[in-house]
Amino acid sequence: MAELAADGVMSSRPRHRSRIRPTLVVGALVLLAIVVVAAIAPLIAPYPYDEMSILSRLKPPSLEHWFGTDEYGRDVLSRTLIGARPTLLMGFGATALSLLVGVPLGLMAGYRRGRIDETIMRAMDVLMSFPPILLGLLVLAVTAPALWKAMLAVGIVYVPSIVRLARSVTLEIAQEEFILAAQARGDSALRILWAEILPNAWPPIAVEGSLRVTFAILLGAALSFLGLGAQPPSSDWGLMISEARAFIEKAPWITLAPGLLMCITVIAVNLLGDGLREVLDPRMRLSRA
Amino acid sequence: MGFYIARRVAWIGLILVIISILIFAITQIMPGNVARMIAGQFATPDVIAAIEAKLRLNDPWPTQYLRWARHVLAGDLGQSLIMERPIGPMLRDAIGNSARLAVVSFVLVTVLGIALGLIAAIRHNTAVDHAISVFTFLGISVPEFFWGIVLILVFAGYFGLLPSGGAADPSASLDTAIKHLVLPAATLTFALIAHVSRMTRSSMLEALRSPYVLYARAKGVPERSIIVRHALRNALVPTITVLAIDIGWLIGGIVVVETVFSYPGLGRLLLFAIERRDLPLIQASILVIAAIYCFANLAADLLYAYFNPRIRYGGARS
Repeated sequence: MAELAADGVMSSRPRHRSRIRPTLVVGALVLLAIVVVAAIAPLIAPYPYDEMSILSRLKPPSLEHWFGTDEYGRDVLSRTLIGARPTLLMGFGATALSLLVGVPLGLMAGYRRGRIDETIMRAMDVLMSFPPILLGLLVLAVTAPALWKAMLAVGIVYVPSIVRLARSVTLEIAQEEFILAAQARGDSALRILWAEILPNAWPPIAVEGSLRVTFAILLGAALSFLGLGAQPPSSDWGLMISEARAFIEKAPWITLAPGLLMCITVIAVNLLGDGLREVLDPRMRLSRA
Repeated sequence: MGFYIARRVAWIGLILVIISILIFAITQIMPGNVARMIAGQFATPDVIAAIEAKLRLNDPWPTQYLRWARHVLAGDLGQSLIMERPIGPMLRDAIGNSARLAVVSFVLVTVLGIALGLIAAIRHNTAVDHAISVFTFLGISVPEFFWGIVLILVFAGYFGLLPSGGAADPSASLDTAIKHLVLPAATLTFALIAHVSRMTRSSMLEALRSPYVLYARAKGVPERSIIVRHALRNALVPTITVLAIDIGWLIGGIVVVETVFSYPGLGRLLLFAIERRDLPLIQASILVIAAIYCFANLAADLLYAYFNPRIRYGGARS
């Protein structure tokens, strides 16, 4: 009975057009390559990422050191490979966090309405009245910076937009007949949210999530660059670029390797996100914040 | 309209109170011993006791908060611990510098973003359109600090055309002042332009396909006039929303860009305060930035209401 109703609703919606564009595939493949490289980085890195060598400081790219060496004589290629880890962790970790917090809150607000809705949304308004980077800065200002704290800060920053989206999707779905059917059947609210609403609400949320990943990578990199993310001597792209700034004219290669890789990563995730949006969400939501 | 503004201002006041409590709670109470943090891990108990006495950290925290809030309301933002100078004048100078950079970048984002979006929509699906999408796509994909460093490398290092950082003295010539703004403003503009141009493009495309444009064409209205008077005017309404969102990104971006270009603005002051653990300065600058952000958003909403006839005619005429 419930199945029937659900099917009816699904078919009354515009069916997802399966236009998978080549950019989606390219983005996915590049991202996959970066994830694999990050995973096996210690195996393929030619040197340990923190091995210093006074004799080969600030050496330009050569056969021994493909991407050159930094001010401590550390191999830039090895550091860049390892540095993919915190960057990806930041992008996907912070996004996962904001989804884990934001989706339940948004579903609750949209389904229960009333006072719960009011409370949750006002709290989100307060969060949103901070400019994006400021909340992170505030948290990191007072405690010793660390990667996980930066991740937490970035995750919290993006909770409100996830909540708003999940709520508006839920409001729409809650009007549907199969929800009424489930309510009439006496299903608990929790079960309805989990089994009926979430499965129908996830496509726009997934699209939003994929967009968040690039913002999280960029914001996380900015925090690292400002010295508020990963700490030396660990290797992180934002941190590497910030450390290399003093030598930018003498040794631009230390900046260019992590910088270009970061651009490639963000471009790949963006291509993937844009492609996903076209496949999953034909209405082409354009809001980006 | 007057009622709406009054309600919004009251809401902003409430938000700022909440934010100030949050700032105070996070900076002063949460992470254990403030005095130890200021003095560093090797401080002797005497030093810590002295700092505690100086900042009156032993008072119960509501007392501390009310004392701080009272001073802030009276316009006294306190003393910087590191610089040992009143915070007010320091913030004023920094805000002036940041405002100059922010306004220039925001105008550039608005004008160039709308122009690019407009051109892309008119030349829909041509090489020009694709070139613009690639350009704006790169803009959101390249971290602003990396882009800033590349600009410094090319224009300050390689060509030696522009200063690599800093801001011009108030006494400096207009020429010097502009030269100091070019690279940071270009960096911010490139990072932000995509949102505006994409939104303008898509709403422009929608407007060009709408019945009223079809009707205007049928009437024989010249194409120029159709684009400017009929389509663009309507297409700009969603663009204003995006511009409002961009204010937040601008404030975030400015912290990074000021750091890259050693530009003495609000963002760099805040970062300086964070690096030195200068709590009063951290509290004051975050509060000021949050206030600026709230009022900028209010301004954006009012502009939106002004440009969107549906809201204006909805009984909210001033």
